[in-house]
Amino acid sequence: MTAFDPSEVTIMIVDDEQSVRESLEAWFEDDGYTMVTAENAAEALKQMQEHQIDIILLDIKMPGMDGLALQDRIREFNQEVIIIIITAFATVDTAVRALKAGAFDYTTKPVDPDELSLLVRNAVERIRLQRENVALRESIDHLQFVDNIVGESPQMQKVFELVKTVAPTDSTVLILGESGTGKELIARAVHMNSKRKYFPIIPVNCGAIPESLLESELFGHEKGAFTGAQYRRKGKFEMARGGTLFLDEIGTLGLKSQVDLLRVLEDREFHRVGGERPVKADFRLICATNLNLEDAVKKGLFREDLYYRINVFTITLPPLRERTADIPLLAKHFLHQHATSMNKHVDEITEEAMNMLLSYEWPGNVRELENAIERAVVINRSGKISPDDLPLQMSGTPVTSGKNLSLADVERRHIQSMLEENNWNISRTADLLNIDRVTLYNKIEKYGLKRPE
Amino acid sequence: MTEIRLIPLGAHPRDIALDTLCARLERVIPVRLQLQHIPIDIDFALDPSRKQYHSTEILAALLEQNSTTAQKLLGITPYDLFVPVLTFVFGQAQLNNRAGVFSTFRLHNEFYGLPPARDILADRCFKEALHELGHTFGLRHCTGLPCVMNSSTYVEDIDLKPADFCLHCHEHLHSVC
Ligand SMILES: [Zn+2]
Ligand SMILES: [Zn+2]
Repeated sequence: MTAFDPSEVTIMIVDDEQSVRESLEAWFEDDGYTMVTAENAAEALKQMQEHQIDIILLDIKMPGMDGLALQDRIREFNQEVIIIIITAFATVDTAVRALKAGAFDYTTKPVDPDELSLLVRNAVERIRLQRENVALRESIDHLQFVDNIVGESPQMQKVFELVKTVAPTDSTVLILGESGTGKELIARAVHMNSKRKYFPIIPVNCGAIPESLLESELFGHEKGAFTGAQYRRKGKFEMARGGTLFLDEIGTLGLKSQVDLLRVLEDREFHRVGGERPVKADFRLICATNLNLEDAVKKGLFREDLYYRINVFTITLPPLRERTADIPLLAKHFLHQHATSMNKHVDEITEEAMNMLLSYEWPGNVRELENAIERAVVINRSGKISPDDLPLQMSGTPVTSGKNLSLADVERRHIQSMLEENNWNISRTADLLNIDRVTLYNKIEKYGLKRPE
Repeated sequence: MTEIRLIPLGAHPRDIALDTLCARLERVIPVRLQLQHIPIDIDFALDPSRKQYHSTEILAALLEQNSTTAQKLLGITPYDLFVPVLTFVFGQAQLNNRAGVFSTFRLHNEFYGLPPARDILADRCFKEALHELGHTFGLRHCTGLPCVMNSSTYVEDIDLKPADFCLHCHEHLHSVC
């Protein structure tokens, strides 16, 4: 929260106890916030007419209109103000009711100073973002959910249902699906529809970062933690504070990193590399993988305890070949998108071309479809996408099992020669093949490749 | 020069040399410290169910009992302090007014299961005293720069911040002291 004047944020304390109002008022005044208090619902509503209130700390139990009823009343005319509920006795029931009715967060009396200041800092951060760029954020909201995930097939409707169900909870989500099915889009949709949406979603591609760098990437480090650590650096766990951490290709995480991650999830805190002081972990975790994690657990490549930690709520994305009903829709969507961005007048796909799209297997899923359409828009001259505009492998007979075998054969040979060239260095070979280590191990096993003695 | 009275509350804090604390304070801010030797009673502020002392009530009593002594009053107590709603406070002060108070209860290493360390304890006390006095001189929590007026909700926060005011707070302090 840089360059933000706290006096520009007005906090209202609503509590029937004078000592509570006074102590909170004094406490926040020390931080420089502008303070307003009210001892009951009627006074609170009056204060809202007279002041531009940004944050309300609201006691649930009050004589007359209680806190939840007051929240409902406020929401009738003000959607913006951030309400933090403070209750003497928190029951899951009241908390859920408060959050459903639009509270930003809730806490119980007495509250840890550290927790209260974090709650308010989070609220202030949200206000800062709101003020900074309301318009931009709204256009992103729209883009994330409406434009980029297209699907009318029953399989995708099911996926959307699951997203809607899980998004408002704070549950860990595991997204499964072949590569190219749009796992990151789903992760973003979950985030954008959660109460954490005003905080960042931080994606980490576990397969792309070498294990040696991953620790400091995730945990951050203190100045001087190791040679070269000239400055303190925030890790992804810290950057995701208040928001969502998206661990893509979680299946490729090395065993040491798995232990580290598990500890953070269990303790809800972590240490920066070279740091003494624990930092609270405040993020929702979404993981994705195209691997069979249960299989990886059996092979000892993935820790069972971590698997159970992340496998709480699963969303499985169907491969494109299983939802062919969406192909025309997706194809037209990408056609429109790329034609617009390239400023070309292409707005149709011939029936023949569409039939080719429908009968192809799409091993690369939606991403492959998008690439094919993009390429077609580039080379098209007629304004109508025809079979000539589509990649060659789509023409002719659809992929058959016999053809699959020969592809597999090519793959086997290629992998074997790459391994030999690199003296069976798994990391380097995986890098060159542009696949992750676990995938490479799986392929070695699948093809029964053996390192020469 | 502003006169400040350092007043032990309830009992003398353990392992802390109050005269050394006074001398250190005088070196950082242009004030004169006078040390009260006999602790005053604060049982009236005890909340038996919480086993903690209500710091706001202590501030009120300090003011009442010292209407004509020093210009500013700083209480120090070995007992744990609270205000309603919060689980505890390290200290409390009246913004731009006369009285401040702080507790050594959570400044001891032993509180966190660590071996006692007198130097660390002395530094933490010194920083807390500067911080609460800073509030009585009208300073709010300072953000951005390393400064003893940074807010601390953890004991580690206290250890991390310097035992001095940043340039801005320093300037303000010298204009009012
Ligand atoms: Zn303070
Ligand atoms: Zn300062």
